Amino acid sequence: MAAINLNVNGKNQSVDVDPKTPMLWVLREHLNLVGTKYGCGIAQCGACTIHVDGVAVRSCQLPVSVMENKSITTIEGLTENGDHPVQKAWLEHDVPQCGYCQTGQIMTAAALLSTTPNPTDEEIETAMNGNICRCGTYLRIKAAVKTAATANS
Amino acid sequence: MTLVKTTIDRRSFLKVSALAGGGMMLSFSWLAGCKPTPEEALAMPKEWFELNSYIKIGENGLVTLMSPNPEFGSNVKTSMPMILAEELDVDWKNVVVEQADFYPERFDRQFTGGSQGIRQGWKPLRTVGATARQMLIGAAAQTWNVPASEITTEASMLHHKASGKKAGYGEMASLAAGQAVPKEVSLKEIADFKVIGNSKKNVDGKNIATGKPMFGMDYTQEGMLIAMIAHPPFGMRVKSVDDTEARSMPGIKDVFIIKTLQDDYERAGFDTTTFTELAVVVGNTTWEVMNAKKALKIEFEKISDSTFVMNGWGGKQTVKVPGGLESTEGHKSRMAEMAKKSGNVLRKDGDPAAAFKKAAKVLERTYNAPFLAHNTMEPVNCFAYVTADKAELYGPTQAPDFVRNTVAARLGLPKESVHIKLPRMGGGFGLRAYGHHMVEAAVISQKLNAPIKMVYTREDDMTYGIYRPTYTATYRAALDENNNLIAFHVRGGGVPEHPIHANRFPAGAVDNYLAEGWALESNITIGAFRAPRSNFNAAAEQSFLDELAELAGKDPIDFRLELLERAKNNPVGERNDYDADRYAGVLKLVREKSNWNETQPNVHRGVSAYFCHNTYVAEVLDLSMQNNKPVFEKVYAAVDCGIVINPDAAKNMGEGGIVDGIGNAMFGELTFVDGVPEKIISISTA
Ligand code: FES
Ligand code: FES
Repeated sequence: MAAINLNVNGKNQSVDVDPKTPMLWVLREHLNLVGTKYGCGIAQCGACTIHVDGVAVRSCQLPVSVMENKSITTIEGLTENGDHPVQKAWLEHDVPQCGYCQTGQIMTAAALLSTTPNPTDEEIETAMNGNICRCGTYLRIKAAVKTAATANS
Repeated sequence: MTLVKTTIDRRSFLKVSALAGGGMMLSFSWLAGCKPTPEEALAMPKEWFELNSYIKIGENGLVTLMSPNPEFGSNVKTSMPMILAEELDVDWKNVVVEQADFYPERFDRQFTGGSQGIRQGWKPLRTVGATARQMLIGAAAQTWNVPASEITTEASMLHHKASGKKAGYGEMASLAAGQAVPKEVSLKEIADFKVIGNSKKNVDGKNIATGKPMFGMDYTQEGMLIAMIAHPPFGMRVKSVDDTEARSMPGIKDVFIIKTLQDDYERAGFDTTTFTELAVVVGNTTWEVMNAKKALKIEFEKISDSTFVMNGWGGKQTVKVPGGLESTEGHKSRMAEMAKKSGNVLRKDGDPAAAFKKAAKVLERTYNAPFLAHNTMEPVNCFAYVTADKAELYGPTQAPDFVRNTVAARLGLPKESVHIKLPRMGGGFGLRAYGHHMVEAAVISQKLNAPIKMVYTREDDMTYGIYRPTYTATYRAALDENNNLIAFHVRGGGVPEHPIHANRFPAGAVDNYLAEGWALESNITIGAFRAPRSNFNAAAEQSFLDELAELAGKDPIDFRLELLERAKNNPVGERNDYDADRYAGVLKLVREKSNWNETQPNVHRGVSAYFCHNTYVAEVLDLSMQNNKPVFEKVYAAVDCGIVINPDAAKNMGEGGIVDGIGNAMFGELTFVDGVPEKIISISTA
């Protein structure tokens, strides 16, 4: 156990955990931020995607010990009112079926658009490729990313 | 206009009451089909039998609708309330939807699966909406002193044209609460629908997009512990567990072995045989428990042949579970052996053997399909808190009613002491009809006398399978010298069930028809998976028909339409489970929309059409080959599922189904080595 200082969604917080604990579980069980999902635990599905210093990463394979002095954003902190262009586009296209994968999808898409505001189809496919949706909502995910990109520009 | 009664056997299935703070609540009986036992009838307030869901109309005009079916992504939480809102004539903007908890006394069919939720809810939901509307009209008629028949409604407003009087539903709600429930109400004409057939956004869309807790996995409460299970490979059982190291690890509370179903328990419904003895690790947090689980040293032993009694859908039967470690190689060779022999005759028309003898051409093809895992995005999990006199469960399930019986029997509690709350489910696809996880969670909680959340790792989720079975089918067809189909023979089998639906197309369209089925016993457990059996038949049979059309020198759509024409005008046999016109309808539609006769260079086109679960679908798929790999260019789908409540959501389902079908066909294969799925072997050694 060790005290670790984190900056999550703009707030400084301290947690006392095994330093090897993946960020996913620190978020879900110590900070009660459950919008970041557990899907596989082995960086294969993207359900646990968060932003670390603005970059989309998989929190299930990220030990909390390396997270000090970094700015962490989860779906709960992406926007205050759920009105990020990506979130709005998600509602417009009514993307979700079961919804379980969608926060990870949104976080990946938001990170993509922050570095590539007008992605090509290929760039969207490459960026979103590792985010699995078992309900198969990929067509809508792609359409929503495009809409969000247009709203951005 | 259709008139419907609000009573059944003189008992009303609707009840009105005033809301505290103003407004009305119309409670109603879901399908009015509750069947309380005499003991339950004594123990519960009377209205519980009659009322199982409600609409509330507040004085501020806000309408709350209760959605009774568990949601796993098929949109019932939005589309069921849409049905109600339609007849109520309420402005969708003012509608709030709540998910009902599980009240078996109050809900007749609280089950998501088998594609029946909307169908069963259709009439009762419409009736309730119409009743509430009529009572609001009654209240306005009384207030304005005008005949009720002159009052119209639109978008939550009551309107009396002649006097120009208007009022919102909210204004009349409290008064409506004092109205007698009408004995009979009229339903709208389909042509007058405004809500139904107009796409509405998912009522949980914003909660999903902002990551609000809504899944079983997200649940937590004070003092809750985390539990994980460790299970053997198929064909083995847990013999002993060395937990010395695990127990010494941080945050670990306990390690033990549980037995989920007693040996003499008579299984029913969605009870399964998969792993009734499990090792369990319990601790404070998921990460700690995951680590401790890896540190368990578990010894397994082989199971020998056994039997159990299943009081299932087809009545009571004794099911054999063979011992031994099964592998895909073994399955394949045993299946190939079986496929050579005749199976059980499921249907026979005419004289197929004679017809094959005199055939001008015969085509024979065999199709195989592997086991598939559901891999719902949200791994299996369940919260349970079992105390001396009651059990509370909160977890993803498609069939709360079934699992409640099992849990009650296992815990030794009366059924009504088992309370199940229904979270949104992170996918279901049939998997969550099987409630073993709820039994496991309950047994663990009972042992610890503490609230626990049991969580499967992804590996557990994949290896503790209720898989889509592995199937094979051999199709044979005979053409005469004029290329007419004179005989059709299918022999299908699988582990441990055969896939054949003998009365489906092309049965009824061919004079000489034979369908046979056979099955091999297995200790690998299987279950429903996105339209059980049909998901294989559709692909196999339609591929075959395509080749057959080619052999007959006919256009594949024309060839199918010819057969459907025959089935319609001069059907063979007594029972054909399809409507030839609707079947042909989707084929014609997809032909038109895909510009079927147009060809593109290097693009291969194929067509298929299938009917199951009340829905006719025809698809045209364009495929190209790039670097020796198939690339799916485009899929056209024509779907006839009857009246569509929420078109955009239905489209989403269709898109998802097609994507999943392609995904499973290309990448889903789950093979076994000694009772363990190979994909998992590669994950854990990677
Ligand atoms: S849970 Fe992290 S990638 Fe799947
Ligand atoms: S919406 Fe269900 S997994 Fe993506």
